[in-house]
Amino acid sequence: MKQQRESRVHERYLRHSKKFPNVWCAGCGIGIVLGAIIRAVDALQLDKNDVAMISGIGCTGRMPVYVDFNTMHTTHGRALAFATGLKMVRPDMKIIVVMGDGDALAIGGNHFIHAARRNIGLTAIVVNNATYGMTGGQYSPTTPLGARAATAPYGHIEHPFPIAELAVTAGASYVARSTVYHVIELEKFIAQAIQKDGFALVEAVSYCHTTLGRINRWGRAPDMMRRLKEQSVTVRQAEKMSANDLKGKIVRGVLTDRQDMIEYTKLYDQIIERAQEEVG
Amino acid sequence: MTTNANPSDETNGVLMQGDEACAEGAIAAGCRFFAGYPITPATEIAEVLSRRLPQVGGKFIQMEDEIGSIAAVIGASVGGAKAMTATSGPGFSLMQENIGYAAMAEIPCVIVDVQRLGPSTGRPTSPSQGDVMQARWGTHGDHPIIALSPSSVRETFDLTVRAFNFAERYRTPVILLMDEVIGHMRERIVLPDPDTIELVERAGTTVPPEWYKPYENFPLDVPPLVPFGEGYRYHITGLHHDERGYPTNRLDEVRPWLERVFRKIESSISDIMIYEEDEVQDADTLVIAYGVTARAARQAVEQARQHGHKVGLIKLSTIWPFPEEVVERAADRLHRVIVPELNRGQLALEVERVVGRHKVRRVNRADGSILSPDDILDAIKEWSR
Repeated sequence: MKQQRESRVHERYLRHSKKFPNVWCAGCGIGIVLGAIIRAVDALQLDKNDVAMISGIGCTGRMPVYVDFNTMHTTHGRALAFATGLKMVRPDMKIIVVMGDGDALAIGGNHFIHAARRNIGLTAIVVNNATYGMTGGQYSPTTPLGARAATAPYGHIEHPFPIAELAVTAGASYVARSTVYHVIELEKFIAQAIQKDGFALVEAVSYCHTTLGRINRWGRAPDMMRRLKEQSVTVRQAEKMSANDLKGKIVRGVLTDRQDMIEYTKLYDQIIERAQEEVG
Repeated sequence: MTTNANPSDETNGVLMQGDEACAEGAIAAGCRFFAGYPITPATEIAEVLSRRLPQVGGKFIQMEDEIGSIAAVIGASVGGAKAMTATSGPGFSLMQENIGYAAMAEIPCVIVDVQRLGPSTGRPTSPSQGDVMQARWGTHGDHPIIALSPSSVRETFDLTVRAFNFAERYRTPVILLMDEVIGHMRERIVLPDPDTIELVERAGTTVPPEWYKPYENFPLDVPPLVPFGEGYRYHITGLHHDERGYPTNRLDEVRPWLERVFRKIESSISDIMIYEEDEVQDADTLVIAYGVTARAARQAVEQARQHGHKVGLIKLSTIWPFPEEVVERAADRLHRVIVPELNRGQLALEVERVVGRHKVRRVNRADGSILSPDDILDAIKEWSR
């Protein structure tokens, strides 16, 4: 019964004028993240007119076109910068920025840390599949050390970025991580992130079974999904584990939820007040 | 635009730098969002706007780089604000991809490039007109563009206003190509009465949201762009798209878009062309100049006339699209065309294309110094012999 109700929720948010099917491979986790976003928006009872979804380039970059919000598919890595401009002139809008790991952390890494540092009221959702899926499985900033990739035929010699931890350090006011297996939890975190008045990041750990998974013989989509379940531990569990035990683990949960910071556009409103007082 | 020289008005008769005039022109044009990154010789524009924009309820942000700056400007424009960024050569290079995005997605915005000597870091405080071709072809792919180039502080104010008007009227990025001299030079200028400045506001739509097509090809060449958040939910992308904005690979959807975006500029050439003709009626030699070089050219033409040379001047303020008809019409009657530029010959390529190489004499300097009236006068004399 519940499943039936949920499918109707999607129908109210997907664009019927858009030419389906979508671009994603069967078994991909990106659709699961999109579903979680839709259910979160629905649970918060947001007006679609007040919601914008902005993306960069890549498989995740194709997400906005399917949903009936104000949507913008921008250039590679720059989604947060586009969204920053929109947020400044439309501070009342709920702006959800969806990015892949390459988009957000490689070409867009500078915008990522600075958007977090500014604490501008954007909801950033990074679908981390540890590779460039659209171009065929090249190594990304989150590809595991030692993995093989289309551009690492002899094994990968770089260390992965911990996306969520990076956002905490850069100054985001809300940071959480979950996986596409833990979809109920993911939906909850996304809803919390949307409600947060400040820069909020949700890292949604996913996989790419058709490129990186195939190259490394990690199995099919269900096998990779199962691995997300087996590899993940909660923040609370992680606190009791040694650094050695935590190697290769996905730490799920809310990493930070700060109450001590004022959102950027609200601070800018104070600038306007000061400037206008000065000129009288 | 007319001037209103009311001496009692504090805004009139001010000593102002070109960069400041650009910032004030932007405010007068209705610009309410600026994003930029510090760079010589354009930094003053950002500094002035960081103070002025909040005074008028606008917003300023210093982004982490020029790529983010132009991105934020496009985002703000999608939100409905008139928006601008300002930079110089190195930053202008970084902005190119997103300028193409603005052209593709048809988002109004103004990009100011205060040209300095390049390539690369070059000479940051030395003038140049080396970005003329980059303004036209800097981003990849075929696209229309408008670029304006002022040659005085007052004209910088005026052309900044015109740049915003063109951006909004034609849903296109507009590039204001200043140069270091015009940016840093101070002149006493009289600003126009704000009430007399013609402003173009973005066209709205009367159709209900379900009928709205942000990229409709007919009947208008410039379909209205409704800002995000006003009930017209639609899609914007840098991919080739259909009339609703959805990505497409269909030739019957790509071609009409391509034809329309070129048509919207080409069919309005007479509105977009800004130029001045000086003593061209009886001339046998013509000087075509723009930006700081036009100042030297004007003086050279005056001196040459005193020496009995029949020489005229066309001062171009609109350089892209290239004013083919203006140049062609004048050059038909003339034997010689002199094109002085602070580069190795960029706009001269266009002049040569229109009037033929044999008629054109280039006068170039690309070392960071400016052309003097004598440099141009020498060319006039040499060629008139």
